[in-house]
Amino acid sequence: MWAIEVKNLSKVFRKTTFGRRQEEWALKGVSFQVGVGETYALLGPNGSGKSTLIRILSTLLLPDAGRVHILGHPLPQEERKVREKIGRVSVDAAFYKKLSPQENLLFAAQLYGLSPREAEARAMAILERLGLETRRFGDPLEEMSRGMQQKVAIARALLIRPPLLLLDEPTTGLDPKSRRDVQAFLEELRREEGTTILLTTHDMVEAERLAHRLGFLARGQLVAEGTAEELKRLAGALDLEEAFIRLTGEGLQEEAHAP
Amino acid sequence: MLRRFLLPMWAFVFRDFHLTRRYFSWVLVFTFYAIVNAATIALIGVAQGDFRLTLTLVLGALLWSYLSAMYQEIANSIAYERWEGTLEYTFMAPVSRLVHLLGVSLFATFYSVVRTAVILLGLALFVDLNLQGANLLGVLVVLLVGSLAFMGLGLMAAILPVMSPENGAQATNILQGILLLVSGIYYPVSVLPAWVQPLAYLSPATYALEASRKLMGIQHPASSPEGLVGAPLSAVVPELLVLLLMGLAFIPLGLLVFSLAERWAKRTGKLKRTG
Repeated sequence: MWAIEVKNLSKVFRKTTFGRRQEEWALKGVSFQVGVGETYALLGPNGSGKSTLIRILSTLLLPDAGRVHILGHPLPQEERKVREKIGRVSVDAAFYKKLSPQENLLFAAQLYGLSPREAEARAMAILERLGLETRRFGDPLEEMSRGMQQKVAIARALLIRPPLLLLDEPTTGLDPKSRRDVQAFLEELRREEGTTILLTTHDMVEAERLAHRLGFLARGQLVAEGTAEELKRLAGALDLEEAFIRLTGEGLQEEAHAP
Repeated sequence: MLRRFLLPMWAFVFRDFHLTRRYFSWVLVFTFYAIVNAATIALIGVAQGDFRLTLTLVLGALLWSYLSAMYQEIANSIAYERWEGTLEYTFMAPVSRLVHLLGVSLFATFYSVVRTAVILLGLALFVDLNLQGANLLGVLVVLLVGSLAFMGLGLMAAILPVMSPENGAQATNILQGILLLVSGIYYPVSVLPAWVQPLAYLSPATYALEASRKLMGIQHPASSPEGLVGAPLSAVVPELLVLLLMGLAFIPLGLLVFSLAERWAKRTGKLKRTG
């Protein structure tokens, strides 16, 4: 059984401007699998379809075509079972900013049926491991730095010990220390709990460090996939960035038409 | 049962309580405005020297304060999540929409009761209220039964911010304004233009007010400024039945409409913060 199995997945966004109907393909026939316990990184520039793909896997978006199975459960038919087994961290740490980390995490934990005591103990352990000063656990999140907010977001995703973690650019905008803390924690999580991780990132070094396999996404299509070494060899490139440019025809920082 | 329904439902009460606590200065400002608004309306009756008019206005102000606070809490819960950017996280939790909206409604009921009690206390500073003889317990029953229908309306209004990130929250206010206009909160429905009057009978507030006026004894010939002759609960059974039927129809309808809107939003990508 695959942790993630995606076959011919397509998503199009339609909008009408001045009576003209426009279509923007966010994903076009994407297929890939991620094994249980594997870390898979999706690399692509803005607008390449990474976030759309994560949203579909998170049950927040319905595809127009294709099939998705998460840990053996088909989507959208068994979305409740899928929701019980996934944690998600997005690029923007979305929280009730006036509430403290403690209040935000307890809310999230109770939504998943965890008792407040159980949730608090687990949240404290994760936040301490991520280097967050726990004396600030009761301060409003709006008074905390982006790095601290992102660490709380990671703690929220891990509260339920999900077998599958969907990380959408989790380290974007973090300072180097916070970025290293998060990366080390993800490695530890994979090693100790066997968590499957799907990661989207712009950061080639991060992708190479964390992922067993990588996929290059460009203009909604999966252009190539394999280990970092396989991709470099396939492109005849010295590093991953060069391999990306050669195989996709575009740079990672390029702004494509955002879906 | 505990993990699947009660804890998730309690999560929304927990969240809304702490948000209210953290935004307490806003709550104070809005409650102060509500007291002043109710007092200015009630003082029209005092100026007329008409205790029946005064009581009609006080009852209207309090009942509307309660029902509109409940409607707003439920209808704006989605708009608030969109504003904070947490909507996707709430929607991807393994919680049924019934449990989600029941949790929101539970806190909304508690909040509205407390807020209305505070407004009543504030009103007492401006208007000499003699409620002796009024069937206040009966009014409470009407309010609670009427709450069900208003929860359903709130659920239906809550889809607007799901469907339109830009204008949905404002549209909930238009619906609220229409309810205020057609329900005869401060005047009899009979004074409305003939073409508006049929709408009054679609509003649960119309029945809640009619029943509450009878229970207070406002129109009873024997009522006087020294004491009221409130009707027994049995006298408002028809209104209670209509309110109950409206609640039983509006809540499932609200959930159905909400689930359809959620599915549409998931197809078009409208759950995303920026839409």
